[in-house]
Amino acid sequence: MPFNPLRSLRSKTLLVNRLPEGPYFGILAEFATPTDLYHACERVRDEGFTRWDAHTPFPVHGLDGAMGVRRSPLPWIVLVAGLTGAAFAFGLQWWVHASAYPLVISGKPYFSWPAFIPITFELGVLFAAFGAVIGMLALNRLPMHHHPLFQSKVFERVTDDAFFISIESWDPRFDAAATPKLLESLGARSVELLES
Amino acid sequence: MVSEHDHMALPPEQATIPPGHPWNRIPAIAGACALLGAAGCAILGAANPKQFFFSWLMSFLFFLSLALGALFFVLFQYATQGGWGIVVRRIGETIFATVPVMAVLFVPLLFGLHDLYSWSVPGAADHDALLRWKAPFLNVPFFLTRAAIYFGCWSFMALLYYRLSRGQDATGDPAVSARLRKLAGPAIIVLALTSTFASIDWIVSLTPHWYSTMFGVYFFAGSFIGFIALLSVLAAAMRAAGLLGTVISAEHLHDLGKFLFAFTAFWAYIAFSQFFLIWYANLPEETVWFKARLEGSWQIVSLLLMAGHFGVPFFYLMGRAVKRRGWTLALGGVWLLAMHFVDIYWQVMPTIHPEGIRPSLLDLAAFLAVGGCFVTATSWLMRRQALVPLRDPRLAESLAFENV
Repeated sequence: MPFNPLRSLRSKTLLVNRLPEGPYFGILAEFATPTDLYHACERVRDEGFTRWDAHTPFPVHGLDGAMGVRRSPLPWIVLVAGLTGAAFAFGLQWWVHASAYPLVISGKPYFSWPAFIPITFELGVLFAAFGAVIGMLALNRLPMHHHPLFQSKVFERVTDDAFFISIESWDPRFDAAATPKLLESLGARSVELLES
Repeated sequence: MVSEHDHMALPPEQATIPPGHPWNRIPAIAGACALLGAAGCAILGAANPKQFFFSWLMSFLFFLSLALGALFFVLFQYATQGGWGIVVRRIGETIFATVPVMAVLFVPLLFGLHDLYSWSVPGAADHDALLRWKAPFLNVPFFLTRAAIYFGCWSFMALLYYRLSRGQDATGDPAVSARLRKLAGPAIIVLALTSTFASIDWIVSLTPHWYSTMFGVYFFAGSFIGFIALLSVLAAAMRAAGLLGTVISAEHLHDLGKFLFAFTAFWAYIAFSQFFLIWYANLPEETVWFKARLEGSWQIVSLLLMAGHFGVPFFYLMGRAVKRRGWTLALGGVWLLAMHFVDIYWQVMPTIHPEGIRPSLLDLAAFLAVGGCFVTATSWLMRRQALVPLRDPRLAESLAFENV
């Protein structure tokens, strides 16, 4: 999984990925090695946390499994967008060629569907690509100009040599006293509470 | 993760058909089918030789295309240094090792050249300007020479890759992989040229006035999807039969499914491009081929190919879960194999039955005879060898493969 510190991987439904309200954004725990992080993620997953994320400088194989990340709804967005594009392109050509402005072109009938296929295909692909890019940005709430995690000085090393777990305060299992202890018991090198 | 498995060789007992396994009986069963089919061809074909030759040509092209698709697949794997597919490569190698058998099965067609190819009848070009123009290419001696060249090239490549890969099972020599990778590039070029010309010789020249510059790619698209469909079915069937259960995982099935999905779109793209340009330009000597296939009951077959070779499998194979389960992937594979056969049927049969679909018992007999030989050869080889390249240097990578 490519590094993306802003990605929240546990969106329950589309676009509910809001930032938490309340005094705390959440907790940030730093781990020394990918192995520590990997096993800590397994525990956090098994404890039943749902609003949390892992941050690494490079892809860690199998981390999505250790985190219990569910599959993204993005493929469905792409499918619907692609079919919309194809239907729109076909409908537009039918309307132009067979209804609004019928012209005989090279002796073919007005409704010559084979001639419509290339544009139907192209617009299907174009809309699917738009769906993929815009859908990905929307699901990740991007672009976002600031994020509470950036308050942390330690977090700057996430692109260098440190590994992090962040648990957000609106997680039903979040407890400002108990959750830091849990992360420390999992081998965190440092734990800090971040304000909203 | 690869380093943990470096230099690991797979224990042969996990990759062979054990004694007493039901799959050991396949060569005998397929051989019986071949004999039954051959007897049917002899009895029915004596009364209707023309139908026999067309039925035989159709089945020959179907199974040959699977073998050539396998050769393409393995060459691509070598040329691109593909890692994931090593565990299914031997199945492909076993299938293309049947090319010399296909060369023998080509021989009966030589007795029916005049029935199959109107240009080969003496005097055909006398009153036909187009055939006179094409005579330097479309004449019997050159046709036979070309067929010999095709089978020579294919057999050479197939046996070279098959033997060296099997030799590596014993030696584990990584230099074999490096050598075959170097040869794969030129081999792909040779295979692309020969299969293009072969498809023009054996399919396009059934309608000698017609030409299509896309036909070689169209034949390749059909061959490749036909073979990937067969490979998907075989991989799933082997797992279901308790063979290679520890070797082929859902990850490999998933990748085969992705190939299958991608090539339904590729086939449709090529098939439509060929139709579209000819339909749009509307030149008589180009449209003649499609006109025959858009009249009478052939129109139904054309529509069936649109929906069945593209529409249905495209949406069926789109989802992830379908590609990762053996039986759902195999269902898609069986469907696409059937559609590939319909595709070949649609290419060959309108020549002899322009009036419409005319199924014949000879179609079945020839299918049993050619298919029986093909399956006998493949399953006989599978009994005598490991089903996986046991000591390929990249086997560990393939075994540990995971889709991200």
